[in-house]
Amino acid sequence: MSKRIDVEDLNVYYGDFLAVEDVNINIEARSVTAFIGPSGCGKSTFLRTLNRMHEVIPGAYAKGKVLLDGDDLYGKGVDPVTVRSMIGMVFQRPNPFPTMSIRDNVLAGVKLNNKRISSKAADELVESSLRGANLWNEVKDRLNKPGSGLSGGQQQRLCIARAIAVKPNVILMDEPCSALDPISTLAIEDLINELKTDYTVVIVTHNMQQASRVSDRTAFFNIEGTGKPGKLIEYAPTTEIFNNPQKKETEDYVSGRFG
Amino acid sequence: MSTTTTKPGTSPVRESRLTRGQRPKWLIPVIGVGAIVVGAAISALIGFNIATWAIFAALVFLIVGPLLIGAIEGSRAGSDSLMTFLVYTAFILAVIPLISVIYTVLANGIPGLTSNLLLTSMNGVTGAQDNFAEAPGDVVGGAYHAIVGTVSITFWATLMSVPIGLLTAIYLVEYSNNGWLGKAITFFVDVMTGVPSIVAGLFAAALFGMIFGPSTRTGFVAAVALTVLMIPTVVKNTEEMLRIVPNELREASYALGVRKWRTILKVVIPTAISGIASGVTLAIARVIGETAPLLVTAGFATAINWNSFSGWMTTLPTYIYYQIMTPTSPTNPDPSLQRAWAAALILIAIVMLLNLLARLIAKAFAPKTAGR
Repeated sequence: MSKRIDVEDLNVYYGDFLAVEDVNINIEARSVTAFIGPSGCGKSTFLRTLNRMHEVIPGAYAKGKVLLDGDDLYGKGVDPVTVRSMIGMVFQRPNPFPTMSIRDNVLAGVKLNNKRISSKAADELVESSLRGANLWNEVKDRLNKPGSGLSGGQQQRLCIARAIAVKPNVILMDEPCSALDPISTLAIEDLINELKTDYTVVIVTHNMQQASRVSDRTAFFNIEGTGKPGKLIEYAPTTEIFNNPQKKETEDYVSGRFG
Repeated sequence: MSTTTTKPGTSPVRESRLTRGQRPKWLIPVIGVGAIVVGAAISALIGFNIATWAIFAALVFLIVGPLLIGAIEGSRAGSDSLMTFLVYTAFILAVIPLISVIYTVLANGIPGLTSNLLLTSMNGVTGAQDNFAEAPGDVVGGAYHAIVGTVSITFWATLMSVPIGLLTAIYLVEYSNNGWLGKAITFFVDVMTGVPSIVAGLFAAALFGMIFGPSTRTGFVAAVALTVLMIPTVVKNTEEMLRIVPNELREASYALGVRKWRTILKVVIPTAISGIASGVTLAIARVIGETAPLLVTAGFATAINWNSFSGWMTTLPTYIYYQIMTPTSPTNPDPSLQRAWAAALILIAIVMLLNLLARLIAKAFAPKTAGR
C-alpha cells in the first residue's frame, strides 16, 4: 500500500520566480520524513509539488521528475487528480468542510467523487478512518454534528481521517501542529507514529523537537536570502542531522545559532 | 463602637474621583427640551410651522449641546459629542422618507385593499361603474391581473438570469485566472449595472421586434428586459459570495482527488449558497418594481393573462402608473386612485416579503457551526 518517492532534479517555479532549486531526494516507504528549515525556504512549496497541489496556484509549475515507485508524477498524460487520490495531504490550518457533518467529512473523498458506497461499507470506512486518526472515541456519539464544532486538534485529526479514508499511498502533512496546543500536538505525533506502519508520511515542521521525535529521516532546506531560490542542504537519518550534521549551515540551524 | 460606620471607599458624601468633571446625566435631555422650546420661539418669529420648528430645534441642539459638553468635559468630549449627534441626525434624516412612504402607502392603501382588488381584474370595468361607487367598498375591479403579470414576468426573468449570472460568476472566480476575458466580462458587467432600465426595455422590444415583427409585446419580452437588469446584480453578488469561500476548502477537496467541477459543485457552492440565494432574492426585489421597461415591452392589459408568450400583460407598477395617469373614469378619478394605492401597498408587501425570505434562506442554508 505504501510507496516510495524519488525526486530527481526538481525545480519549482511561481511564474518566472524560481522558488526551489534542483532538489534530489529519496523518500523511503513506511517511514516518516521531516522537512525542516527557516520560513520561506520553500519546504511547503516543495511538499506541494509531491502531489501536484502546487500547480493549483495560478502561474505555478514544477520541472523535473517525481517518481512514485518508479512512475513519474509529472510525466505526459498523468492526471493530477489521480495523483492526488494516491497522495493525500493534511494542511496547516484544520479545514473540515463547514457544510458537512463529521461523518460526511470523513466520507468526503468518496462522496464528492460520486462513488457508490453501501451504507454499511460507509459506516465501516468512517469507523476505521476515525479509529486510524485516534478520533473515534471522541466523536462516535455525534457523527452527524457539523465538523466545524470540534476543537482545533480534533478538527485536524478529522482532516487526517478524511485523508486516510481515500486510502492513499503517501500522506503529506504541511505543519499539521502549528495551530494546535501541546496536548493535541502530542495526539497527532502519536498518530504519525502509528500511520507509518501503513503509509509513507512526509511532514513539514518548524518545530525541531517534533522533527526529532517523529521522523526517521530529516531534510534541511535553506535559502541564501530573499529573492533567491530555496535549496535542499542536507538529507540524512534524523539522529545524524541533529547530532552530527555534515554541513555547517545545518549545524547552525539545529543548534539555534542560525543567522 | 459607632454603628454609623461606612465601608471604606463608598463614602456617601464624597464624589468619586473617577467621575469628576463629567456632565450630569440630565444634561442632554434638558438641552433637548430647551432646544425644542427655543426652536419653537425662533420658528414663531418667521411664521410658525412644524418643519421650521424641527429644523431650528435640531440646529440649536447641534450647536448648544456640543458647546456645553465641551465646556464641562473639555474640547475632545465636545467634538466627540458633535460627531455623535451629526451621525444620529443623518440617520434620522435617512429614515424619515422611508417611514413617510410606508405611512402614506398604508394610510391610502388599506381602504382599497378589498377582496375585489385582490381577486378580480379590470376586465369590463368602465368609468360608469366608478361614477356609481360612493364608499371605498363599492369600487369594483382590481389588480389580480397585475399580480399575475408581476409573478409570471418575474418568474421568467429569474429563470433566465439566475443560471446565466451564476455561471458567469463561477467563470470569473474559478476559471478566468484574471485573464483578459475575465477582465472584459467584469468591465461589461459593471457597464451593465449602470444601464438605465428604459434602455433595457428598448433593447428587448427592438430584439423581439426584429424577430417577430414590430411592436411584439408579451410578458416574455418584458422578462427579457428584466433579465438584462438582473444579470449584473446576480453576477456581482454571486462573485462576492464565491470569493469569500476560503481557498483552503478548495485545496482540501483537490487533495482528496476531487475534480475541479465537482469541487465547485459540491464544496464551493454549498458553502456560499446562503449568500447566493439571498442575493438572488434581493435582485428579484429590485426588478419587481421596474416600470419603464414594462411599458415598452409588455403592453397594457385589463384581463387576466397567465401566458407570458402571447398577449399583453400588466404588472403592478404599470397598473399603478395607468390607474393614476389615465383614470378609468376621467371625471371621477378617486376609485382609480384608490386602486393604485392599494396596488402600491401590495407591491411593497411583496418586496418586503422577498427581503424577509432572503434572510430566512440565508439562515437556513448557512453552514452549521453549532455543537461545540
